[in-house]
Amino acid sequence: MDVTTKKQLQATACKVRMGVVEGTFCAKSGHPGGSLSISDLLTYLYFAKMHVDPSQPDRPDRDRLVLSKGHCAPGLYSVLAQRGFFPYEELKSLRHIGALLQGHPCIHIPGVDMSSGSLGQGISAACGMALAGKLDHASYKVYAILGDGEIEEGQVWEAAMFAAHYKLDNLVAIVDNNGLQIDGPITEVCSPEPITDKFAAFGWHVITMDAHDFDSIEAAFNEAETIVGKPVAIVQKSTKGKGVSFMENQVGWHGKAPNQTEYEQAMAELKAQLSELEG
Amino acid sequence: MADVMKKATRESYGEALAALADKYPNLVVLDADLAAATKTGTFKKACPERFFDCGIAEANMMGVAAGLAAAGKVPFASTFAMFAAGRAYEIVRNSIGYPHLNVKIGATHAGISVGEDGATHQCNEDIALMRTIPGMTIINPADDVEAKAAVEAAINFEGPVYLRFGRLAAPIFNDAATYKFELGKGITLKEGKDVTIVATGLMVSEALEAAKQLEAEGIEARVINIHTIKPLDKDIINKAADETGLIVTVEEHSVIGGLGSAVADAVIENKPVPVVKIGVNDEYGHSGPAVDLLKEFGLCADNIAATVKAAMAKK
Repeated sequence: MDVTTKKQLQATACKVRMGVVEGTFCAKSGHPGGSLSISDLLTYLYFAKMHVDPSQPDRPDRDRLVLSKGHCAPGLYSVLAQRGFFPYEELKSLRHIGALLQGHPCIHIPGVDMSSGSLGQGISAACGMALAGKLDHASYKVYAILGDGEIEEGQVWEAAMFAAHYKLDNLVAIVDNNGLQIDGPITEVCSPEPITDKFAAFGWHVITMDAHDFDSIEAAFNEAETIVGKPVAIVQKSTKGKGVSFMENQVGWHGKAPNQTEYEQAMAELKAQLSELEG
Repeated sequence: MADVMKKATRESYGEALAALADKYPNLVVLDADLAAATKTGTFKKACPERFFDCGIAEANMMGVAAGLAAAGKVPFASTFAMFAAGRAYEIVRNSIGYPHLNVKIGATHAGISVGEDGATHQCNEDIALMRTIPGMTIINPADDVEAKAAVEAAINFEGPVYLRFGRLAAPIFNDAATYKFELGKGITLKEGKDVTIVATGLMVSEALEAAKQLEAEGIEARVINIHTIKPLDKDIINKAADETGLIVTVEEHSVIGGLGSAVADAVIENKPVPVVKIGVNDEYGHSGPAVDLLKEFGLCADNIAATVKAAMAKK
């Protein structure tokens, strides 16, 4: 990836993170940790990969994304706002009564391809979309983002079997391996490891990537495009809370909103990162 | 009714899907390793390229159906009622109901007439479960003619639909040449002024038989077939309440949360009259031949007639 593109993506990801902090602060609730760990991924997909058109969010030939780990809606909403699907101001009423942006993704929000939030379900819907694409000989791709805790849900493995059986090579599932879930480290709660081996055993082509390095992200998605006859699982090694120093690798920031002081500190840190990137 | 033709509505379901395959190119059928029993195998034979077996994985099947619908297909997801409404309830609620996707759930082997398989497979709770999902349409056809018409009506209706089919052969009392299915509209099969029997599914033909028995004893029972349990045809129910002053509901389902509850809800809102519910009481079924079980649980013409006679005292 060339240096200019990378800097642009890094700057955009920084703005996406600011939206996550803004949204959860204004909502006084929500899930910043996992939203921040997928901010680079979402930025890459919506700004460098997916064929989407904010002026026609429902166009049939668009690439689709299902946020199976739906609690990270602040991340999805923030990237959709940056991409122009709705105004940034909407993030400030996240989770409020009468707001467009619900606590978890809702299909009626422009740019949101599937309602999600009950863990384990989004990957199945993504399989259905990919199957429809196959039936229609359409060229669109379907992306699903799952949490590493989420894959403890049995439905994920039902879907994994299905996707491999029907050779859904137009489906890419990204597992956000930040290693933390609500009750603690995934390896201590009820370990889903070894994640890569499991997907491989279920018949998927497995790729690993560094979730916060755009060269690594690009390489992973380029490799995914070459795979024929199999679905692709990308396991991204990530840092929960990435970009906000006091949230990084802290399980407590899974589902907690920043208070005024924390909000100001987080925004100051992200602004500093942004001015360095844009400077 | 020995001379009446009979067919299980699950057979009608499979035949309808197969017959409609060419007419509706977006129609896709999913099953969970029960195609031989749900009769989606009939569609599979006619249109293998649009049939997908999901294996024994009902939760994923419902999610796949949601994704297919989100991408413009009209999927029918089929399995036994126990697994469609029971096991996959939360997926149906969150992945189909909440986004209001155009998924049709073809649930077969509903009710006690599953027979020998026993309590684990006799789903008497599906209507209750599906009624709680906002925007879910529920259709429980009574015979072959109605079941086939219901399948096409569901295809032409935009939104989630739960279709309930039976394993046991049901008498065919509707005339295919004249029958017209109107979603959300009850059908008065027999007029009467003394009492109204409101029935659904397999119980409709039993209700008609009971009305004949009652007639011989001087009780004129109105018989209403409610094929669409949600949205309920409140007008036909309230008119019956006004005109006959007593309602007896009959369903092959728990008396908790099904047709009887829906009818009672409607009647209470308007002008309360006594509503007596016949169904499976708060208990599990057990193994046995379907017809014997139906008799044992009071889901037969004799018990309907007896219940109506006893209920007349409430007027």
